[in-house]
Amino acid sequence: MLLRHTSKEVKVREGLTINPAKTCQPIGAMYAALGIHGCLPHSHGSQGCCSYHRSTLTRHYKEPVMAATSSFTEGASVFGGQANLLAAIDTIFAVYDPDIIAVHSTCLSETIGDDLQQITKKASDDGKIPEGKYVIYASTPSFVGSHVTGYSNMVAGIATQFAESTGVKKNQFNIIAGWMEPSDMREIKRLAKVMGINIVLFPDTSDVLDAPQTGKHVFYPKGGTTVDELKSSGDSLASLALGSISAEPAAISLEKKCKVPFETLDIPIGLTATDRFIMAISKVAGVTVPDEITADRGRLVDVMCDMEQYLHGKRVALFGDPDQILPLTEFLLDLSMKPLHIVSGTPGQKFEKQMRQLLDERSPETNFKSGLQADMFLLHQWMKNEPVDLLIGNTYGKYMARDEDIPFIRFGFPILDRIGHSYFPNVGYGGSLRLLEKILNVIMDRQDRDALEEKFELVM
Amino acid sequence: MEQIGILEGRERQVLEKKSGVAQADIACDTSSLSGSVSQRACVFCGSRVVLYPVADAIHLVHGPIGCAAYTWDIRGAVSSGPELHRLSFSTDLQEMDVIYGGEKKLYHSLIELIEQYKPKAAFIYSTCIVGLIGDDIEAVCKKVARETGIPVLPVHSEGFKGTKKDGYKAACHALMKLIGTGSTEDISKYSINILGEFNLAGEAWIIRQYYEKMGIEVVATLTGDGRIDAVRRAHGATLNVVQCSGSMTWLAKEMEEKYGIPYIRVSYFGIEDMSKSLYDVAVKFPDRPDIMEAAKRIVSEEVKTLYPSLQKFKKALTGKKAAIYVGGAFKTFSLIKALRSIGMSVVLAGSQTGNKDDYARLKEMCDEGTVIVDDSNPVELSKFILEKGADLLIGGVKERPIAFKLGIGFCDHNHERKIPLAGFIGMYNFALEVYQSVMSPVWQFAPRKGGSL
Repeated sequence: MLLRHTSKEVKVREGLTINPAKTCQPIGAMYAALGIHGCLPHSHGSQGCCSYHRSTLTRHYKEPVMAATSSFTEGASVFGGQANLLAAIDTIFAVYDPDIIAVHSTCLSETIGDDLQQITKKASDDGKIPEGKYVIYASTPSFVGSHVTGYSNMVAGIATQFAESTGVKKNQFNIIAGWMEPSDMREIKRLAKVMGINIVLFPDTSDVLDAPQTGKHVFYPKGGTTVDELKSSGDSLASLALGSISAEPAAISLEKKCKVPFETLDIPIGLTATDRFIMAISKVAGVTVPDEITADRGRLVDVMCDMEQYLHGKRVALFGDPDQILPLTEFLLDLSMKPLHIVSGTPGQKFEKQMRQLLDERSPETNFKSGLQADMFLLHQWMKNEPVDLLIGNTYGKYMARDEDIPFIRFGFPILDRIGHSYFPNVGYGGSLRLLEKILNVIMDRQDRDALEEKFELVM
Repeated sequence: MEQIGILEGRERQVLEKKSGVAQADIACDTSSLSGSVSQRACVFCGSRVVLYPVADAIHLVHGPIGCAAYTWDIRGAVSSGPELHRLSFSTDLQEMDVIYGGEKKLYHSLIELIEQYKPKAAFIYSTCIVGLIGDDIEAVCKKVARETGIPVLPVHSEGFKGTKKDGYKAACHALMKLIGTGSTEDISKYSINILGEFNLAGEAWIIRQYYEKMGIEVVATLTGDGRIDAVRRAHGATLNVVQCSGSMTWLAKEMEEKYGIPYIRVSYFGIEDMSKSLYDVAVKFPDRPDIMEAAKRIVSEEVKTLYPSLQKFKKALTGKKAAIYVGGAFKTFSLIKALRSIGMSVVLAGSQTGNKDDYARLKEMCDEGTVIVDDSNPVELSKFILEKGADLLIGGVKERPIAFKLGIGFCDHNHERKIPLAGFIGMYNFALEVYQSVMSPVWQFAPRKGGSL
């Protein structure tokens, strides 16, 4: 009953966002920077920003999340934050001793006009950056884009500021991870290994945000893409960018700077997106698909066939981030389910075009909105008008699922009330099988719960 | 302190208690050093946590989306009725709004919200950016209040304009505008307001019940399970009972000045402090000896069942050591006493926002060798925990995984507590939680404090 105030009648709103299906850029930049080995993310803004991002990431991962802040005061906002950032760089290298500081801006520092490029250059000119250490940056004002574009900007920043081209190509490929979980990144690395190709995956939060219990609090866990790997990305044969919003900009800048050709793919969630991913690797690296992967695929298809009867025509509402919900929608359609309502708070013309195209071809009646006012309030209103059998989205979906009494699968960011996302991937054939299992479980549990006694079946 | 590396420039915010040696006061009330991995938050955060539990008002965050998104239902402040406070409302300012101003968007958002939800009042939080682009939110609020007939209250909580404490003050300032606007008819002479109790896990209900059992009328709880109408008549109470020193003392002082209502400071954690908070209130009503008698009866009945039930925890926990790092210093005092009552000593005590007096008192209370910190960070916390051999850390969301990585127990004494820790029953819950965490069998599988398996 928490959302009992949600009205059925959908009205145009002129400014208001209710229950957002997105958050702001800086947290994405912080998450991306954690995927670089020995890197301390730095929030150039008020203390609260850094604290909120760390808390949210900590709740999502149940892991310590380290990041520093410029701790803006009133003075800094009048005179500019340069002095704060320069002092911060001194403090951080002296005390926390990272290999890299990854600075991202905030609404505050952007509005007062701090220029991160100029300030980091000054830090370098003034000899504040010790030999062999780096300060990189990304511009991520909170009043533009969403957490996804913040991630994307930082990943592009990482690519441009580290990649070098020596003129001699290396027998390796770049895989640029769109926003995904450490478990997904681990699975991407495994798949590349099974395919027999050498890759540089960046960013890579595996072994950072899924670190084992060791009895120590390690400031810089062992995971993360190394500086050497990042530098060498300029000599790679090609880049595969997983996600047109969260990964492609980095691939574009790598192509510009080091002439590394690229291809943009969806994050391999679901059967067909994984097919495209595997085939792209096979084609670009000239390798055949090993039997192990073909068998994985066969098992996924087998379950899809076995259980089709339980999924056919089931109506789904989903919300989340573009690069994840696009392949997810395709997977649902492949499963003969019916994605009825789709919302993403992240704006993006390319995403809208891709999603529209997919829906026009296969599900023209679907309600879809992204960007401003594409929030959970709207999604809930749509659900009230046209009910669904399943809701998929981040933790905040639990209110709607409870109010409408429908099954719910946690997918996306943030997930504050369950574990699993850091450990079990959604990508690849195996990950998709797990996702399928989750979908089946909640739907079949519901069928059991609601079945009349005489129709309560043992064998399903 | 030579053996522990601490952040340069932070030496004065850390001390180890030593008797017979002159020790400088701890430096506090300062903003964090640029570049530190501080556990602190901002002005907006302070305002948001204080006003958040007012359940029949809308809380509109005027700014880019993040500030609203990160504070959406993260505090378990329970309501017995309306739950408007658990929704997230934002003007989601975009680049064009930053250039041309966000007043229009704010106005439309407010009108839309009030029409949709019919709240009793609206709180409008300014965020960093609003302070910079110069939106006149006072004017917008006045206009909307005029048009809709409900109080529309600006909260000046721009993140960079001070510390979390300044945010508390901004929130209290908004509350002051409401207080005094309701009727005080029918309010008993034997009445109080409960200040600084946010009804996490239903704690305000427990406290309220004790006072009501004593024959005292509780006019308003600020702000746990809060209602606008109750806040408006809070000036009719005879006494303000203030918990959580950081957030509400300012309001109590203002109410004393404006309405002549005296206040006392209390804590509801631990047997000793909980009992005292009942007695201290009873003392204020000397013409009604039955109130004191009732207080004594409640304490004696509660302690009679509580005390024996604590002994098994005490037996197991005696000699174990705790580290405390929480938001307000006042809570630290109670926790030290509560931990002692179950046999545990405190080897590290600190807070994000304590003041000079708090730290002086803390030092006085602590055992020899206890480390005292202000505005600490993960490096310091883990170093001191290891060095002092703590078995338990009491803190909030960002401290929890540090404790678990070090292989020691943890108790959330912040927004994420799941069971009431206040009151007599709360002491039992606290002891149980500490016992369950410290004595858990999982630690035998976890390499402990850097040790091997």
